[in-house]
Amino acid sequence: MEYQLIHKTVYHYSEPVTVSQHAARLEPLQDMRQSAKGFKLRIEPAPDVVTTRTDYFGNRTTVFGIRELHKELVVESSSRVTVSGVTPPVPVLSPVWKDVAALFRDPVSPQNTGPYEFCLDSPLVRLAPVFAQWARESFGANTPLLAGVVDLMGRLYREFEFDPVATDVATPLEEVWEERRGVCQDFAHVALACLRSLGLPARYVSGYLRTVPPPGQERMQGADASHAWFAVFCPANGWVDFDPTNNVMPCDGHITVAVGRDYSDVSPLCGILTGGGEHTVSVAVDVIPLG
Amino acid sequence: MSVTTEAEQHSLKTGDSTASPFKEAEGSGLVAPGHWASLLGEVRGMGAQELLRRFESARRIIQEQGVTYNVYGDAQGMERPWELDPLPMLLSAAEWEGIERGLIQRATLLNRILADCYGPQKLLRTGALPPALLFAQADFLRAVHGIEPASGVFLNLYAADIARSPEGRWWVLSDRTQIPTGAGYTLANRLVTARVLPEAFRGSRVQRLAGFFGQFRATLAGTCLRPGAGGEPRVVVLTPGPYNETYFEQAYLARYLGYSLVEGQDLTVHNRRVYLKTLSGLEPVDVILRRVDDAFCDPLELRNDSILGVPGLTEALRAGNVSVANALGAGIVQSPALRPFLPGLCREVLGEELRMPSLATWWCGQESAQREVLGKMEGLDIYPAFGGGVPKPGRPSEIREALAFAPHRWVAQERMRFSVAPCWEKEGFVEKPVVLRVFLLGTPEGYVVMPGALTRAGVGSGASGISMQDGSTSKDTWVLSEQPVEEVTLLQRADSRMELRRVGNNLPSRLADNFFWLGRYTERLDAAARTLRAALLRFSPETGGSELEQLRPLLRTLEAQDQIPAGSSAEDRSVEALEGDFMEALYSQMPARAGSLRNLAARVVRLAMLVRDRTSNDLWRALSQLEESVSHEMSSWSAGEAIGVLNRVLLLSASFKGIVRENMTRAQGWRFLDMGQRMERALSLCTFLRETLVSAESGHPSLLESVLEMADSTLTYRSRYNLLPNLMAVYDLVLLDDTNPRSLLFQLEQLEKHLARLPRRSAGSGGRMSPEQRVLMQMLSATRLLDAHELGVHHACLERSETAKLLQLVLTGLPQLSEILAVTFFEHSHISRTHA
Repeated sequence: MEYQLIHKTVYHYSEPVTVSQHAARLEPLQDMRQSAKGFKLRIEPAPDVVTTRTDYFGNRTTVFGIRELHKELVVESSSRVTVSGVTPPVPVLSPVWKDVAALFRDPVSPQNTGPYEFCLDSPLVRLAPVFAQWARESFGANTPLLAGVVDLMGRLYREFEFDPVATDVATPLEEVWEERRGVCQDFAHVALACLRSLGLPARYVSGYLRTVPPPGQERMQGADASHAWFAVFCPANGWVDFDPTNNVMPCDGHITVAVGRDYSDVSPLCGILTGGGEHTVSVAVDVIPLG
Repeated sequence: MSVTTEAEQHSLKTGDSTASPFKEAEGSGLVAPGHWASLLGEVRGMGAQELLRRFESARRIIQEQGVTYNVYGDAQGMERPWELDPLPMLLSAAEWEGIERGLIQRATLLNRILADCYGPQKLLRTGALPPALLFAQADFLRAVHGIEPASGVFLNLYAADIARSPEGRWWVLSDRTQIPTGAGYTLANRLVTARVLPEAFRGSRVQRLAGFFGQFRATLAGTCLRPGAGGEPRVVVLTPGPYNETYFEQAYLARYLGYSLVEGQDLTVHNRRVYLKTLSGLEPVDVILRRVDDAFCDPLELRNDSILGVPGLTEALRAGNVSVANALGAGIVQSPALRPFLPGLCREVLGEELRMPSLATWWCGQESAQREVLGKMEGLDIYPAFGGGVPKPGRPSEIREALAFAPHRWVAQERMRFSVAPCWEKEGFVEKPVVLRVFLLGTPEGYVVMPGALTRAGVGSGASGISMQDGSTSKDTWVLSEQPVEEVTLLQRADSRMELRRVGNNLPSRLADNFFWLGRYTERLDAAARTLRAALLRFSPETGGSELEQLRPLLRTLEAQDQIPAGSSAEDRSVEALEGDFMEALYSQMPARAGSLRNLAARVVRLAMLVRDRTSNDLWRALSQLEESVSHEMSSWSAGEAIGVLNRVLLLSASFKGIVRENMTRAQGWRFLDMGQRMERALSLCTFLRETLVSAESGHPSLLESVLEMADSTLTYRSRYNLLPNLMAVYDLVLLDDTNPRSLLFQLEQLEKHLARLPRRSAGSGGRMSPEQRVLMQMLSATRLLDAHELGVHHACLERSETAKLLQLVLTGLPQLSEILAVTFFEHSHISRTHA
């Protein structure tokens, strides 16, 4: 499936910003399942220096600084992305979860150190017995790993309420857990906490979602936003994606931008400003299927 | 492939934790007990009183040389007592050599481990390092992975805490790689001890510390990759600020090494280069010696919630435009969990056996270790493997629970009985357990050891007891030399050639900002005290009728200054209520009474603290006494007592101004302080005059008297006119007389002179007035153009009064000027964050 992708972020500041530094992770990931062409980043006002590199987790990261007095910042990324439609693995055929968890107890074999990095505490996701306890309801003694994750995802979807105003980027996981509500980012974090507390490797994925339009209606331009989900490491399959906000295993409707331990590793756009006062932000994402 | 990573322990011998401690003064066969004997004999001979006298005087000298950390305590309760035992710890050259060899090997090893973790991570693949030891650490900063310091040195400064077991062997208790503190204290301890025991110091061939610090300076300068045009790299010490517990040491060390002490907000990154924000613009910074935890050093790429860092620093590091010591990320190798793996890592990385053992430590992430720990929990200390503020489990059941859920988070450490050394207490010697902190410097040629250490005495035994506890003290450490020692000092001799330091425009703009507001608030305090005193002098329980009318402008001014609640000047305010208001004006700590003398004094002291290392002790003393004089509340209202307090405040305020005037160098700091004072003085005067002008009694002699009091011009008036105050003459004196240092015109003229000497920020503005000059010029010309005779004309309608128009112009113009100065010169203000 091929998409034209446009992600536009506009900041309005109540006071002029004198200096600002930003980091952006907006360029789609290139891997076996996904390729991107013609990535462009438009920034206004023009930054004085822009550098792009591949970060520790393999994400393309752009850092830029603006030293021109401004009250509005526009960052617009665009690219054409091709996602190959891979059929998700059959959950019941995956190995028993306990055997997978055993791989990630000391001593961890060198070939497993990569995924092992995603078994541990991360800045926003701290393991705790309560998460393990809750997750265990989906993982019986002989439950295949992916079957357990599917079940966990379903419970998350049913027991947690999607609520765009309940949380923001600073809401701690514990609060999301207490309130049982949040946005896609929170759903992903809860899932990570549950799986890691069982000793399983799980990572955070940020990206975009193609919103399937209801039959007979035009797709709403700009209605989409950046999205987040999680992936579990399964020895036979590698990283397998799960979208708990929509209770689906992604096929070719999800575009991956970045992966990391949690949101703090992959924040799409963050900035440190001098001046600026109060700010408002508007985000518009268009994921337009081509052909 | 499966790799089993073996943890190895050098355990103490059975029964060691109860064995009697090793006695330093009785010798290990290496330190001749004679050294101790002659030292102790000399101290005994001196007598307790003489020792104490020398000790006190040496302490004072250090405090004056340094940045007098202790006085912060007066206002902030942050006093850091100078915990120093005048009796040094002694070590022989031979014994020291063994310590040196062991720690050089250890530092070299830790540096190599860092290079691997932030580079190829081979040690994870060979199995020498369990991956959790890297991945579970919050201190493993993935953003700096791949950044290699040009010198290859990640660990520029390393410190190890070591102690001696009952059998006489040295053990490493802990490693300091994040921010190895204490080198500055060691230096200060040496300077005091050498003064207290000069004969013993000279006679004992004590190895000197100065050479190490000289090397330190050269090495740090050498890490600079691209020295600026001047050739001399600019090195700064990045501090978390004066509220940090080791701020004294940071300031002391910075001063000794000749580095600028800066906070994160003093620095900015532009085009991937770090700059210091000064009044005259940006100055490149080449090397940063950080005293801020690495995760807090860059809010853009590291911890987003940090307010101590420099956004963009990581990117400047990647570009190779700055070097940071210790490297960002260096904290990971101080984890106690690493210790059981060091013997294996040492063989793997260096091909050698580890020379100095670590106190036996079990990382519970390994099943065998966990079992062992659960088996002998009683004799072990259990604590977090990776820091991070995890509470220590106390009861055995809690420990079992914590270990069962996430064993990798915990380590257990054996307890050891430390050796004891003689310490001075009150009037005699007592033996206390000692721990040494030894410092190493990473040079391109390898590690070198400071020939001395920070010895802490009276510390509890066991790993958790290493930090200073009640009753513990520090000691100088004398490493005795076999040969005569060479005299080295970094403190400049009077006749030696000096590096001249640039002064003038390169004042960090944050300091200029603080000086400016210190000026404004000291003057605001002065004006508040004057207004209140003038009001109290005119107020009595019998006050009524027209007298009250003459008091009212003062009350309205007090209201405008937030000294008393709004509505206090109303006609029906009872005497008792007013007395309560006055009490508040003096002592209130409520935020709503921002103008109370107590609140203002607290503000002044806070601002003074922020410029503490740029101001004299006398100045600080005047201000802290001032704060003290409004901190002891009266039990019941007494106008007489209140006036006494106000007189004292005004006297101390005058002495502050005297010190500023007579003792402060006419550099930019002084200029901003003086501008702040001038501006505030003009504002206070105009505020009060506006209140008197609207009064029906504006021409009344009593009210005019208070105008003279407020402007401190009573004597001048009497000497000139020898008459009852006259409206025109009084206003002329306080507004238009350019010979009166309290007049409006005088303040504006001084401001004009200051503005002309400020560094110009924009090029090519030649000859044209700056925006701040333009604003000032409007006020200045209006004042100069005002016909003195207009001053005496009373207008029923205020809009037609020329005096009122002038006051209004100043009352809107000066705040505007203040704003322009802030935008132009104090650009560091208001850091904020965004997310999408």
